[in-house]
Amino acid sequence: MTTYNDFVIRFANVNGSGSASANGMFAKALFRMGIPVATRNIFPSNIEGLPTWFEVRVSERGYLGRREGIDIMVAMNAETFEEDIASIVPGGYLVYDNSKELRPNFRRDDINLVGIPISQLVLPEFPNPKHRALFKNIVYLGALSALLNIDFDIIKGMVSAQFKGKDELIAPNIHAMELGRSYAREYLECPLPIQVRHSDAVGDRIMIDGNAAAAIGAIYGGATVCAWYPITPSTSLAEAFEQHCARLRVDPETGERRYAIIQAEDELAAMGIVIGAGWNGARSFTATSGPGVSLMTEFLGLAYFAEIPAVLWDIQRAGPSTGMPTRTQQGDLVSSAFASHGDTRHPLMFPSTPRECFEFGADALDLADRLQTPIIVMSDLELGMNDNLSEPFTWDDSRRYDRGKVLTEEDLDDVERFSRYLDVDGDGVGYRTLPGTHAEKGAFFTRGTSRDEHATYTEQPEHYIKNMDRLLLKWATARQLVPKAEIEAHGRRAGILYYGTTAAPMQEALDRLAEDGVQLDTMRIRGFPFGNEVREFIDSHEILFLAEQNRDAQMKSLLVNDLELDPASIIPVLYYGGFSISADTIHQQVLDYYVGNNLPRLDEVWEVSS
Amino acid sequence: MTFVAKPRTHHPLLQVNDLGLTRRDYEGSVSTLCAGCGHDSVSAAVVQACAELALPPHKFAKVSGIGCSSKTPSYFLGNSHGFNSVHGRMPSVATGANLANRELYCIGVSGDGDSASIGIGQFAHIVRRRINMLYLVDNNGTYGLTKGQFSATNDRGSTSKKGVPNLYEPIDMISMALQIGASFVARSFSGDKRQLVPLIKAGLLHEGFAFIDVISPCVAFNNHNGSTKSYDYIRAHSGSVVDADLIAPHDEITVDYDPGASEDVDMPDGSTLRLRKLAHDYNPHDRVAALHYVQRAQEEGEFVTGLLYVDPTASDCHEILGTTQTPLNALGEDELCPGNAALEGVNASFR
Ligand SMILES: Cc1ncc(C[n+]2csc(CCOP(=O)(O)OP(=O)(O)O)c2C)c(N)n1
Ligand code: SF4
Ligand SMILES: [Mg+2]
Repeated sequence: MTTYNDFVIRFANVNGSGSASANGMFAKALFRMGIPVATRNIFPSNIEGLPTWFEVRVSERGYLGRREGIDIMVAMNAETFEEDIASIVPGGYLVYDNSKELRPNFRRDDINLVGIPISQLVLPEFPNPKHRALFKNIVYLGALSALLNIDFDIIKGMVSAQFKGKDELIAPNIHAMELGRSYAREYLECPLPIQVRHSDAVGDRIMIDGNAAAAIGAIYGGATVCAWYPITPSTSLAEAFEQHCARLRVDPETGERRYAIIQAEDELAAMGIVIGAGWNGARSFTATSGPGVSLMTEFLGLAYFAEIPAVLWDIQRAGPSTGMPTRTQQGDLVSSAFASHGDTRHPLMFPSTPRECFEFGADALDLADRLQTPIIVMSDLELGMNDNLSEPFTWDDSRRYDRGKVLTEEDLDDVERFSRYLDVDGDGVGYRTLPGTHAEKGAFFTRGTSRDEHATYTEQPEHYIKNMDRLLLKWATARQLVPKAEIEAHGRRAGILYYGTTAAPMQEALDRLAEDGVQLDTMRIRGFPFGNEVREFIDSHEILFLAEQNRDAQMKSLLVNDLELDPASIIPVLYYGGFSISADTIHQQVLDYYVGNNLPRLDEVWEVSS
Repeated sequence: MTFVAKPRTHHPLLQVNDLGLTRRDYEGSVSTLCAGCGHDSVSAAVVQACAELALPPHKFAKVSGIGCSSKTPSYFLGNSHGFNSVHGRMPSVATGANLANRELYCIGVSGDGDSASIGIGQFAHIVRRRINMLYLVDNNGTYGLTKGQFSATNDRGSTSKKGVPNLYEPIDMISMALQIGASFVARSFSGDKRQLVPLIKAGLLHEGFAFIDVISPCVAFNNHNGSTKSYDYIRAHSGSVVDADLIAPHDEITVDYDPGASEDVDMPDGSTLRLRKLAHDYNPHDRVAALHYVQRAQEEGEFVTGLLYVDPTASDCHEILGTTQTPLNALGEDELCPGNAALEGVNASFR
């Protein structure tokens, strides 16, 4: 039986071998054929010589989360050969270089061997050994085009586009590709029963990583200052900001830049720069990962207490400490939400898709200005660094930036006495002024020490308490302003909560659960503190699961604490192995709970349990 | 601590400047530092310098870290915004503030603990980045606010020939600043108005990173072993009558000496500090020579004061980054948002 547009292919390579561009072209070619794809780069914290994998999920139905089991393994790394072969599903395919015979201990009877003498093919054609290594990747790309029935014109076009400007490289690359392609057509069964065909399932969607999307969002949202310190997986966010600013933010006449980017000496300084700029009225942001958030905590507390807008993108990776620096996790919720000493809390936003990264890139800046406080956007490696299908970006040209309560010189003319920390509007947010606004009024001294409503230093308990309580009122305002949860409710008894990249495999998991008679309402949380809709959803469901990617059920902690819930009312569904959570994991853990607790299911399909 | 308005006494120095303002218009709130603290003299010098230059008193961004020294921005330029941030991190806050609005005069005040210990990394990097600002270190060789622990800069007691040796090598911020690219480097003494006020003026007008290391005695603590007025000594020798909160009132320590001359200053801890004022024929445009000069003098137990180095042509951070002349914080949607049409191009580049 032939299946179309539905498989997982994994490329096992050595990093630094130039495989990334060949693998990227493979994914892009399918995307250009209109087939939904999701890519996952599984890479070591190393520059050269260690194993790296590139996984592409191909799904006409649009299941783009991770699914266990590899259908096609392109095994190009001798070192991981054994484990790579072991990860192939029964009936799957091993594509390998059979220039040397396969060692008997590598053989598996339940998979199909697709041998291509890649080394032998390139040897006579490319005398330079360095080129030879690179062209090996192109040879397997060519062979795959025949094996999977990929539109060859599309791939050829991509090679030409890729080497535009280095035109002398186009011909040899196409030649290498044709070597692989003709070998496959001549000697192998082509195409395989697993193959692709043109589709219109992609529609007008784009393929982009979350970090680039966030950077473009920040440009649209009016960020002018970006300060950062390199750390995987956040680095590409700042780099994308620089790259896109160079096109979108340069004065066409003078060549002057309408942005400033500082690669700081560390994350402390990056956050200090952001806060200094925010204090002085420029929209500013930084991007980091868990270790950087740890370093920023003193400053985050200052910005909370001194009430200065700042935006921080936390592209989470597996901790604690250096943990698994190139693996994904949702492990920084607690450390971010309460970053700093004393009674400190920060609003969080949880994007799930590149489109949402783009939107939050701008929205976070509005929210920070509106609330005069740091806003932390909780992305992760999975979303930030991998190319994902995304709705195209749109911008409402009539949208004005919400700069919050900032008094102008004219405003101040009408003010009798300016009081920075006075709650004039009853929402806990005072009016602020920017340095240099007015000759006589509005200047005040910003500090992390306690003060009264007029920003005058005081350690009087009643002033301190009043101020801390006003910050709680501001927290209640934040509850209304952070993004609302996305809810699918059909009056079912049970529901599942999730957020961020746990959304990717959710539909697939839900569909599989439905086949097993388990139907769940869903709520995707998008902001902290939690709005009323979150409480309502929780109150109206008897059984509640919460799927997340950390060991300690951190979102559960936030919920239990913020909404004063009974901890036993939420059943954690957890994965924290460093890959993104798979549909299989969610499906299995929820089903196990049903089976283990003898809970009734729709069709009582008990035999499915495993 | 109370904030009573200062009594408005008539003072012969309250002349009206080009903006029609007097020195009083450049003052801040009443200082809560110890009487005689050198830091107050530095604040007074800032007030005088800004008034004499007739700069608009609300067009400053004042930033500081944490320490007695870092409190001082509230004691000058009360019509400008100030930001007392976190310990040792003033340079980054100053960087952000300057990036946001290049038109404001930026004054950073820090201490030797703030800049030479916890904040030495940020200090080094703001020098490299050449932020257009005046960076003052009120250098008292001790941690004033936390009551007299050793600091990493030259301790006055330990540098005098007869003093007890310091346990660790001192950090000389002047040499550091010279080495990493500051385009204006000076040293002065808090009580030497005749020298300090012109240096502050020059530093404010310098378009680039201006650093002044101001030796500014702490009259309360000088906590090294040789001192009979050290915190430990007082505690050990005064029984229960004197506790940590007793600070003997002290007069401001002032000096007035001529270029080329040296002057011995009696410090509160009983040590003597020898200052050497740069002579008129000193050439302040040779960075390497300046470094050599400072270090040679230090070998000989002298602190050189004056403008050690200046490069009026050096670029500042905004020039390095090529940022627009309009302050970044004044740009609106029209200048910043590329609009939906441009987004179509962006989308297309990801297909
Ligand atoms: C992170 C942190 N660590 C320690 C302190 C305590 N602390 C406050 S001021 C200070 C030293 C100040 O010394 P210096 O900068 O020389 O200022 P001075 O008071 O001498 O003018 C210290 C250690 C702090 N505020 N923050
Ligand atoms: S403790 Fe020292 S530095 Fe602090 S105010 Fe008193 S004299 Fe000045
Ligand atoms: Mg000090």
